[in-house]
Amino acid sequence: MVEMVNRPYERAFEKHALANPDVLCLSADLTSSCEIDKFRDQHPDQFLSLGMAEQNMLSFAGGLGLAGYRPFVHSFGVFLYRRPYDQLMASIAYPRRKVRLMGFLPGITTPGGMTHQAIEDIAVMRSIPNMTILETGDATEVESICEAADSIDGPVYSRVLRGSVPRLFHTPIVVGQMRELALGEDVLIVTSGITTEEALRARTALEAAGVSVRHLHLNTIKPFDAAAMLDHVQSVRAGVVTLENHVTEGGIGSLLAEIMADAGVGKRLIRLGLKDSYAHGGSRPYLMKYYGLDAMALVRGVERLLGAEFGISEADLSAARIEAVHSAAKAEGL
Amino acid sequence: MLDSDRRNARSTEEVAHGIRCRVFEHSIRNNGGYLSQACSAAEQLAWLYNEELNLGAPTLPMIPKPFAGVPSATNPDYHTGAGYNGPAEPQFDRLFIAPAHYALVAYATLIEVGRMAPEGLEMFNQDGSSVEMIGAEHSPGMEVHNGTLGIGFSTAAGLAWGRRRRGDTGRTWVYMSDGEVQEGQTWEAIAAASHHGIDSLHAIMDVNRQQCDGAMDSVMEVGDIAEKITAFGGVAVWVDGHDLDAMRAAVRTPHPGKPLIILANTSPFRGMPALEARFPRLHYVRFKSEKERADMNRDIAASLGVPPVTY
Repeated sequence: MVEMVNRPYERAFEKHALANPDVLCLSADLTSSCEIDKFRDQHPDQFLSLGMAEQNMLSFAGGLGLAGYRPFVHSFGVFLYRRPYDQLMASIAYPRRKVRLMGFLPGITTPGGMTHQAIEDIAVMRSIPNMTILETGDATEVESICEAADSIDGPVYSRVLRGSVPRLFHTPIVVGQMRELALGEDVLIVTSGITTEEALRARTALEAAGVSVRHLHLNTIKPFDAAAMLDHVQSVRAGVVTLENHVTEGGIGSLLAEIMADAGVGKRLIRLGLKDSYAHGGSRPYLMKYYGLDAMALVRGVERLLGAEFGISEADLSAARIEAVHSAAKAEGL
Repeated sequence: MLDSDRRNARSTEEVAHGIRCRVFEHSIRNNGGYLSQACSAAEQLAWLYNEELNLGAPTLPMIPKPFAGVPSATNPDYHTGAGYNGPAEPQFDRLFIAPAHYALVAYATLIEVGRMAPEGLEMFNQDGSSVEMIGAEHSPGMEVHNGTLGIGFSTAAGLAWGRRRRGDTGRTWVYMSDGEVQEGQTWEAIAAASHHGIDSLHAIMDVNRQQCDGAMDSVMEVGDIAEKITAFGGVAVWVDGHDLDAMRAAVRTPHPGKPLIILANTSPFRGMPALEARFPRLHYVRFKSEKERADMNRDIAASLGVPPVTY
């Protein structure tokens, strides 16, 4: 059974901030929800409460960056770019301030529905010049996200997992380096964030059915080394399947499409994720199943790519990890 | 901060007059410009640059360099235009021009106080120039982008908070426009600055009651700006924005733990009464005919006491 790590961000941020006095902790009224409440209480001189006022918070963070600080701005991902998009552009991205936007509740990891689910954040951030995008997929990546983000000479948007997070990897994020999780030759599966755990479950069943899977996990989405990815695309026989906790427009599916089209690779690409659709509020397992973001959706995608049916059922997949919506590890139901 | 010894050789009145004359000349020659902003802002910017701000000597060439690219990882030599205000040292003040549309007036001010050569204004809005129409980060005297209105005070609040933490003694100033109070961000910023006790943050706001569409009251009424600032936790002082002594006194208003915002009541025709004929469309004055251009040239030159512009 996979190891579950409780609130990895809380400890990782504290450790990083205490070792780096120019790191500041900013919050917009979601302090406990972003696991920085203990930091606020224990290190108030390094903590700035900016209230439910994200437009000001982003420009203010830009000003802190101008003064030489490296603010970590904490909120739910949606609140860091939807309302304050202009401030993100003018005060942070254009001048390349070293502002670290720590976006919690990526995609459908919240039952908060449309207003809380950052389903197009990667597409938005990918189109912003100077922006770096990181995404965490397990507890080890959450534990190393602060150091990774803070190593960037410019602004960074990070998708951060919170609460009880599985440990899938044992080495920290190396910015720009994808994780090669399997090196098979039939189909290339590319995942990031929470979809990697789904792919790990699907892989077991696919391999049992005789499919040779090549599986890559992305924690750095921008900038991106197309050459390394092309090598992998060229190394498989049939084509590529992407699975993302995001709309299929502008995220990693689009990233693969661009890389393949730019290089004239004539292989099929199946992009799985939210298909030009909003989601609604519900539990994570329910939403992943309902919107086709889970292991079974990936199996069906590979079948479609290969033009075969393997007769894989839910029972063949490793047992899905079911999380209670309300748990002691989270500050509230969101 | 009223050290008369910090003023340059010219009086602040002369600088203000010089700003109006330069913007007038530029606008007549280019058949349009931000004329009314020079009318309302001349005394405020002259006062800031000529006496109130504690700035070091310029660090950038008197004749601005051409546009040298936007900030990016592949443009390591990029720098802003802040060097025209001197170096960013702890003891010096910093100034943001929040309404970047006042750039023409701000450039004219830099020339009048000897921080930029007159040739700089010739580059205004020319392709390939850094002296842009809407002041950009890389434009002379600018340090951040403020072309979207309402973000300047927030950025200055963050900078001021950071400078206080570093132990800087210099103040952070924002030149604001009254239209910005229609933006919600302005009120978020005042509340945040007050909550965090940022009293090294100062602003002077040009309350000329004009915006792009016309008179502010016809676009969206904003009520009593001072009352609102006070309610949001700032300290506000009304002054006549053409009365230098009033500004000199207002900046001494005690504001412990709160930002100080001087509200400068101004006239958008001050010094150029002929402009009133264009009311209420004063945001950018482009002459509608050669006759209007010639009439304005004659009448404004007469009121400024200078010869008409040859164009």
